[in-house]
Amino acid sequence: MTEASDTFRVEAAELLDTLQAGLMELEKTPGDLGLVDSVFRALHTIKGSGAMFGYTAAAAFVHEFETVFDGVRKGRTPASPALIRIALGACDHIHALVQSPDAGDTGGEPILDALREAVGSSTREPKMAAERASAAAPVPGWRVRFRLPSDALILGTSPILLLEELSAFGPCDIRAIIGGVPELGALDPEASYLGWDVTLHADVPRESVEDVFMFLAMAGDDLLIEPLDAAEPGTVGLHAEDGEANNLSVGHAAPANVQDAATGAGRSDGGNGANPARSFRVDKAGTSLRVPAERLDSLMDRVGELVIAQARLSQLASVSTDQNLKSVAEDMERLSASLRDTTMGIRMVPIGSLFGRFRRLVHDLSHDLGKEIDFVTSGEETELDKTMIEQLADPLVHLIRNAADHGLERPDARLARGKSTTGTLRLSAVYAGAEVAISIADDGAGLDAGRIRAKAVEAGLISADQALAESELFQLIFHPGFSTAKEVTALSGRGVGMDVVKKTIESLRGSIDIASRPGQGTTATLRLPLTLAIIDGLLVRVGDGCYTIPLAAVEECVELPPETAVSPKGRSFLNVRGALVPYLRLREIFRTDAPADLHPKVVIVSSGDTRVGLVVDQIIGNNQTVIKQLSRLHAGLKTFSGATILGDGSVALILDVLNLVGSSQDGEDRSVGKSFGRAA
Amino acid sequence: MNTRENSHATMRALTMRLDDETFAIDAESVREILEVVPVTRVPNASDAVFGLINVRGSVVPLADFRVLFGMDRREATEDTRIVVVEVRLDDERLVAGLLADKVHEVVDLDADAQEAAPRVGMRWPAEFVQGIARRNDAFVIIPNVEKIFATLAAA
Amino acid sequence: MSKTILTIDDSSSVRQMVSLTLASAGYSVIEAVDGSDGYDKATSASVDAILTDLNMPGMNGLDFVRKYRTHPSSRGIPIVFLTTESDESFKQQAKAAGATGWIVKPFRQDQLLAVVKKVAGA
Repeated sequence: MTEASDTFRVEAAELLDTLQAGLMELEKTPGDLGLVDSVFRALHTIKGSGAMFGYTAAAAFVHEFETVFDGVRKGRTPASPALIRIALGACDHIHALVQSPDAGDTGGEPILDALREAVGSSTREPKMAAERASAAAPVPGWRVRFRLPSDALILGTSPILLLEELSAFGPCDIRAIIGGVPELGALDPEASYLGWDVTLHADVPRESVEDVFMFLAMAGDDLLIEPLDAAEPGTVGLHAEDGEANNLSVGHAAPANVQDAATGAGRSDGGNGANPARSFRVDKAGTSLRVPAERLDSLMDRVGELVIAQARLSQLASVSTDQNLKSVAEDMERLSASLRDTTMGIRMVPIGSLFGRFRRLVHDLSHDLGKEIDFVTSGEETELDKTMIEQLADPLVHLIRNAADHGLERPDARLARGKSTTGTLRLSAVYAGAEVAISIADDGAGLDAGRIRAKAVEAGLISADQALAESELFQLIFHPGFSTAKEVTALSGRGVGMDVVKKTIESLRGSIDIASRPGQGTTATLRLPLTLAIIDGLLVRVGDGCYTIPLAAVEECVELPPETAVSPKGRSFLNVRGALVPYLRLREIFRTDAPADLHPKVVIVSSGDTRVGLVVDQIIGNNQTVIKQLSRLHAGLKTFSGATILGDGSVALILDVLNLVGSSQDGEDRSVGKSFGRAA
Repeated sequence: MNTRENSHATMRALTMRLDDETFAIDAESVREILEVVPVTRVPNASDAVFGLINVRGSVVPLADFRVLFGMDRREATEDTRIVVVEVRLDDERLVAGLLADKVHEVVDLDADAQEAAPRVGMRWPAEFVQGIARRNDAFVIIPNVEKIFATLAAA
Repeated sequence: MSKTILTIDDSSSVRQMVSLTLASAGYSVIEAVDGSDGYDKATSASVDAILTDLNMPGMNGLDFVRKYRTHPSSRGIPIVFLTTESDESFKQQAKAAGATGWIVKPFRQDQLLAVVKKVAGA
């Protein structure tokens, strides 16, 4: 059962997320009872499933939580921010109880007390009454008379099963009451007309007998259970008797009436009010499935190998004259592309899954810092590789903390500056070519370039007269040990410095950039490559080596004109329909000796808003490539983001567009590797 | 400065020739031996790890220890082989190929016959040599493969 | 031949638990994740009884029961709610919609088996 238990834990975590989100929404719109209902539904499910899987402490706590919160549900108590905050704390507690089900609940009472106080009730609702066992005096038996509603058979109630249940207690005399059976012409074979009169000779408590009829227990008229006196005669056998009253002794309403009443009650109520005005948990259409990550990785590997083999097949087919082979190879290409796309999609997870966590973070920060913060998000649906999302969480948390703590000013300072007292924190994610751009922007005080510069000089990072562009100056913030915050606040002293943030992002082969305007705010932008394991690439030749350029980054290909513009700084530019595009001669960067082509081509690639032309000897064509990581022996070469195996079995390096674009901006060649000299 | 003592009584090793010298690689680390395959040159990589090869669908770096030991890098002949080894680099496995001018055989090197590399007067970088053994009146160099790769990775 | 039970619940841990409990008692179990999935499965497979949650996203349990009862194949098939609701108005609604009975969550495995046996037989 542990597997089911683990599933519950994962579910509980999701439910708690929903619960948290609902509570935070409720804080903004306290009157929305639909939200309250959603909150309650989540609590119900956690309680019910929790009890079933042995998480008794959690279930008990949630039950009490529900009881206290019931006041909100009934509309008696408004959902005040204070109440919501305590409720959020209760969520954390539930989470803790779910994670360690065996540790007793030690922290629960204070939270519940706080809740009760906030709700204003000082008395607890009585616990569910314990069931009272009936007197243990032995009974000779019971007489049970019952009649099923006429639609009982259609609705799946089986009188035979009921009678069997009674018989299981002990010997029964069963008599059918047939008075209600109409003549044949009017008989509906699927309707129930019979009543039953059962004498049960068994010493069982009344509850057990009632239990048999638990689903019929509503309409008291149709069920009679009386204890047998010792004097009651018992007859053996099952027989029908004519002339037996077709109404049960007590009760006046014919079964039909009762049924109508029930039906009427059902139909007039369009629902039990459990449908919320809106649901804030956006489920993608269709059902979903949980898959262990290793299985997914395994699948990815197979698909990768398939793509390589299929490329080989295509190549063989292209030089073959066998039409059948060619046709099959074409089919294989189409199918493998489709399979590749579908499989790639599986690994992609919308970044919105992180946003929920951040919302809670900002909510808490806002309270702890005493600043009003409006948290705006966009691009929740932007998808990233699952592993990348997990690694981005910490850096983003740190950046958000920074923005809230150091970026945004206190309400009074904002007011003095003519800003609204509520600060805005904007988190957005958007695709840009072969990358994802995630930005965190605040409308706070902005960075003080002068102070950063002074600090950098003091720390010996730059010399006093070194000229730096603003963006380069801001990059110094990521240097370990650099901190301009006068006090290390409780929030920022968490062991994750900006240097770790940068390192993490770079380990994902991304980059981070900071822009700021004094008095207006700061924006941190992360650029990350879409690390799809299989990408479409453009194959090019430089000298006698083949290289792949990610197709998503390629804008266009042009011929290299004989004359090109040269800027004062010595950089070379192309004129592409009026725009000046810098270019790099890959032959030089790669130090090729092989003879040059007479007509070199330029592949224009882009990263973000920047474009650069890559001059190559020949453009070979498109191919699908499976990205293979470079070993640590070559990982330091930033020009290449990986390698791939071509259809002919040879290895081609994949160019890292981000890096090449960056190096063209600096005007220096960053891809110079160090040659390993001989030790003395 | 390598001062490691050899703790094995004997070391089973694959001997191979680089230029004029005989080298021995711990047989435990050898995965396979390949004939020469097409090599993709990695621009701007150090000469010691100059290329990449395809080993049954995996992209494997190709190292040339001759560079590290100041030897001539001769053209490949029909005796040239690639010895694929697997070593530990920090907590990870690293699979790499070593170019060999010729591969000899697997032998048992006697621990007693091994000496630590002398501190002075040696032609080669001391930290790259784990030890030197004698075998049949010839010297056999035991390179410290892990250390070599660790140094190359850090560059 | 063993009886087939359809269990409809958006909670995969509940479905798992119900499946394991019933399977170990010799029933065949079909799982559905919400009302419409349940409707599809109930009307396309041969089931002997249906266990359904009440609160589910999309089509909830009551809507499922109402819809299912309009389908001819629902005749004679008992439907039992597995739900935390236990008040009278719910019971009336459930009955009116066409349910046969209900089990209140949380329930124990033996309770579940007893009810399934009650409505569907062994």
